[in-house]
Amino acid sequence: MNRLMTLTAPFAQEQQSGYAYGFLDEFAKRELRRTMLKAVAIPGYQVPYASRELPIARGWGTGGLQVTLSMAGPESVIKVIDQGADDSVNAANLRRFLARMTGASTTTDTLHATLIQSRHRIPEERLAEGQALILQVPDPEPLRRVQPDISQARIMHADADYSQMWLTLYEQLVHFGRFMQGASYPCLVHGRYVMSPSPIPRWDTPKLHQAAHLTLLSAGREKRLYAVPPYTDVRPLEFDDVFFQVENQATWVCRQTGARYKFMNEIPQADGSVAYELSDTGYAAKLAAARAGTPVPIGPTYFDDKGEFYHAGFLKS
Amino acid sequence: MPVSSSPNGAARAQAVQPDMGIALQAPRLMPHAPILQVTGVEKSYGRIRALNAVDVIVYPGEILGIVGESGSGKSTLLRMLNLEELPDRGDYRLNVPGVRSDNLFELDRLPRRDIQIRHIGIVYQHPHLGLRMRNTSSGNVAERLIMTGERNFARLRAAASGALAASEFPLARMDDLPVRLSGGMQQRVQLAKAIALRPALLLLDEPTSGLDVSVQAAVLDTLKRLQRETRVTMILVSHDLGVIRTLADRVMVMRHGEVVEMGLTDQILEDPQAAYTQQLVHAKL
Amino acid sequence: MRLLDVRDYCKSFTIHHLQRAVPAFDGLNFTLDEGEFLLVRGPNGVGKSTLLRCLYRSYRPTGGQANYHSRHGWIDLAAAADVDMALLRQDEIGFVTQFLRPRPRVTALELVAEPLLAQGQTQDAAEAAAAAMLDVFGLKPELWSAYPTTFSGGEQQKVNLARALIRPRRLLLLDEPTASLDKPTRTALAARLGELKRAGVAMIGVLHHPEDVAGLVDQELALALPAGAPALPDVTELVENLDAHR
Repeated sequence: MNRLMTLTAPFAQEQQSGYAYGFLDEFAKRELRRTMLKAVAIPGYQVPYASRELPIARGWGTGGLQVTLSMAGPESVIKVIDQGADDSVNAANLRRFLARMTGASTTTDTLHATLIQSRHRIPEERLAEGQALILQVPDPEPLRRVQPDISQARIMHADADYSQMWLTLYEQLVHFGRFMQGASYPCLVHGRYVMSPSPIPRWDTPKLHQAAHLTLLSAGREKRLYAVPPYTDVRPLEFDDVFFQVENQATWVCRQTGARYKFMNEIPQADGSVAYELSDTGYAAKLAAARAGTPVPIGPTYFDDKGEFYHAGFLKS
Repeated sequence: MPVSSSPNGAARAQAVQPDMGIALQAPRLMPHAPILQVTGVEKSYGRIRALNAVDVIVYPGEILGIVGESGSGKSTLLRMLNLEELPDRGDYRLNVPGVRSDNLFELDRLPRRDIQIRHIGIVYQHPHLGLRMRNTSSGNVAERLIMTGERNFARLRAAASGALAASEFPLARMDDLPVRLSGGMQQRVQLAKAIALRPALLLLDEPTSGLDVSVQAAVLDTLKRLQRETRVTMILVSHDLGVIRTLADRVMVMRHGEVVEMGLTDQILEDPQAAYTQQLVHAKL
Repeated sequence: MRLLDVRDYCKSFTIHHLQRAVPAFDGLNFTLDEGEFLLVRGPNGVGKSTLLRCLYRSYRPTGGQANYHSRHGWIDLAAAADVDMALLRQDEIGFVTQFLRPRPRVTALELVAEPLLAQGQTQDAAEAAAAAMLDVFGLKPELWSAYPTTFSGGEQQKVNLARALIRPRRLLLLDEPTASLDKPTRTALAARLGELKRAGVAMIGVLHHPEDVAGLVDQELALALPAGAPALPDVTELVENLDAHR
């Protein structure tokens, strides 16, 4: 028996009951892996794939789930987050499902995870080489708002014809004096394709630029998969004289950890005031443990305690 | 006695033989080569022959009028000159710095689009064909510069207001959506968009047909002034002989996808040679 | 120096609708030197205006030659390419009628300056010249920046003459420019034409009041109706006839 069979032996039971290892049959996983390789080879390009049925509804993370199921092995360490939280119902369910179907172990610590499936956030701690971030994508097409006809949009991608995206930015400046796009801020990947980085906040967008880790973005409902390989340029669209900017939360302080310059949730209070909490619960838990005196390794973050981004000069002001 | 100077090969096609009388010679005083030279254009839609052996030759700074009733093929021809549509057969040369001397009809889509953006501007009769109605007027103009790689917001603003001002558009309304503008102003936005990159060729497809007479006159004046100041070559399609008389230097008469007659504007209007032109001009008086 | 050499010049109109040809003139021969004034005479309907229009190529002559000595060499106006004719009209050959074609929203000054602007002169220079020209023909300065669409017939004609004569030409075709001018304007026109003639401009004139230019005429060309042929109706009459036949 080879090593994989040894490792997967505990699943023989389930296989007999009709489930393959990793839930998806081998052909499906093979197709997904081929799709991922193609996506890595053409950074930012949306590769179509045959999205399978899963025991959760389309639109609830099936795209991310298929990628994670196809990548996970029994030695994987999986972290699942939903809007930064490890403990939301959806994240917990996906994590449990992944663990049962792959035998992988799970974690809430960004530093320990080998696969991080995420909805709408990138962790605050810097991801490292060898880690993969799998983003669930509701709408992969950055051109959709300017070109509802998909076949036309594909031609525009082929021609690298993105002038309407810049026009959208122009219009926002004319009407509001600033860029209005909050999440899914369009980025030019590797100088070629404009991609929608899934609805991560602007705060997370620069984290994709020249990142050490691999990012896979997968839309189960839309059947499109695209990738940002490690150390790839990802530049948010901006003008020469009007720059992309992340959310300004300079005055916001986490009420649990006292942290600043990290992405916060706003918690409305009964008295009408607003409190703030770190959106990244795994990071918050580690900060809290450290405060309580338990020594926990905390990795370097993308934004330091003064709000400086780790790639100096990438964000202009 | 007459000079026997350079026989201009291109001009052979221009010598349209009238029913009777004197055949015209090739140009010999014109110091410039044609800026646009289209020969042998043919196009069929199913069994309908939309264009048959059409030649168009235009010299720098000229305004060529194309007249004909609906279905004569004049708008189809204009779409081909704008490289929006390709003929079944035909040859298209633009003699403009930066444009290769290839047959533009045979270029791949991308280089063709590039020539269309940089060297050709068009104003359509219906503004919704030429404008993005959900974008601002200035944005519609700025997009042309964005297309050629301008990424500086201040420069985009300046260029958009410059082109709109040249089209005599009221700048106080430059950020209004075209749907909020009158027909005449919409045409001015189209014009600003068309000239934003200072094209060598400006195509006008019934540019004033939907407008009130007084607005029409004002838009025609703008076009005239623009032509005088920028020397842009224009091709004007219209069924309105008044518009043609006001703007065009030369006129090409089309019917059933063929060129019926070609001549100086006043000659076409005052001494039409072909039976069809006589009928057309006569119906207008 | 010889400027124009016209030989066997013919014009007849083919009216397809009526399936007949209407002859205008036949076998004309004349020559014209620089600075010469040729007066074309003849009864109404004999084709005097038609001759001018053929030379200017508003009409297409049907036979013969009109060899013109342009700055670039000899060229046959009867057969010159349209673009060559357009160039000659721009630089060398002018046509003066009694009719102005005013455009809404265009001032008298702008209208007169236009031919100079088309030649590439600056706005200031063109407007200064236009003002001087309007002054020559006696248009009141307060009307210079008004719209000729609102002018009286006489005022429009002054603007018309200023516009037609502002650009330096080598050959002027005068198609009854004085037809309904008042006396002072006629005098101003004659004076202006005299100046141009002395500067070497050749002219061919069809005039209602030949006495206005009496001192300028060097030769006369008398057109006569071909024997038995009906007088050529003018264009508007032709058109009315066509209407009647529809």
